Amino acid sequence: MKAPLKRSNAPIFWALFGAGGMLSALLGPMLVFITGLAVPLGLLLPADTMSYPKMLAFAQNFIGKGFIFAIIALFLWHAAHRIFHSLHDIGIHAGTGAKLLCYGSAMLGTLIAAYALLAIGF
Amino acid sequence: MSKRRPYVRSMDGWWRKNPFFVEYMIHEGTALFVAAYAGVLLAGLFRLSQGEAAWNAWLAALTNPWYIAFHLAALLALSYHTYTWFKIMPRTMPPVVVGGERLPGWVITAGGLAVAAAACLGLLALVWGMAR
Repeated sequence: MKAPLKRSNAPIFWALFGAGGMLSALLGPMLVFITGLAVPLGLLLPADTMSYPKMLAFAQNFIGKGFIFAIIALFLWHAAHRIFHSLHDIGIHAGTGAKLLCYGSAMLGTLIAAYALLAIGF
Repeated sequence: MSKRRPYVRSMDGWWRKNPFFVEYMIHEGTALFVAAYAGVLLAGLFRLSQGEAAWNAWLAALTNPWYIAFHLAALLALSYHTYTWFKIMPRTMPPVVVGGERLPGWVITAGGLAVAAAACLGLLALVWGMAR
């Protein structure tokens, strides 16, 4: 009897790549504009848009927590997958080590985000 | 050991020889900015969990010209990612059939870009509404 086919884990990584790619395509440019340019430079938005009390309240809210977690984790998984698959194109053999490094950093970032969001409390 | 030393063509800079692959490398390269931006947000989230002083220090660091320059580059990279994401979408998703006809690629691309524009404006309006 033949051994059953080994199930591939590729669909999981591909789904995370797709979800992160979609989320960053839809909201990425505006998020970068808001957090990286508008707020630091005082453009367009009120000066206290990202003040401590406001951001704390946002991160303590269930929806806010979920949003922050989804953005950070999915962006990381999207980038990790894309960078991993581009290694071959720039002449780096993408073996197990590279896979562990790429997906491992995404996993580490996801865990740090989860830890911080739990530490912030509800 | 074999004595044969067959000629192996060098692959150095292969993608620079064809504009199609140059574009491919640029749109794959946007992932570096996605990762770096996620790193900036992750640092901010971690600082937020450490309290008000830590958060304010992170917020102040963002006004550094290097950060501003990074975010300008990231804005370009992520906008380009949005554009290529939906440009490629007709080829990455299963065919959509409407009324017996396959939906043309440009409709999917244009639809995706319109949704992205609406999502961005919606996000800005939401943040503006919550902040005031």
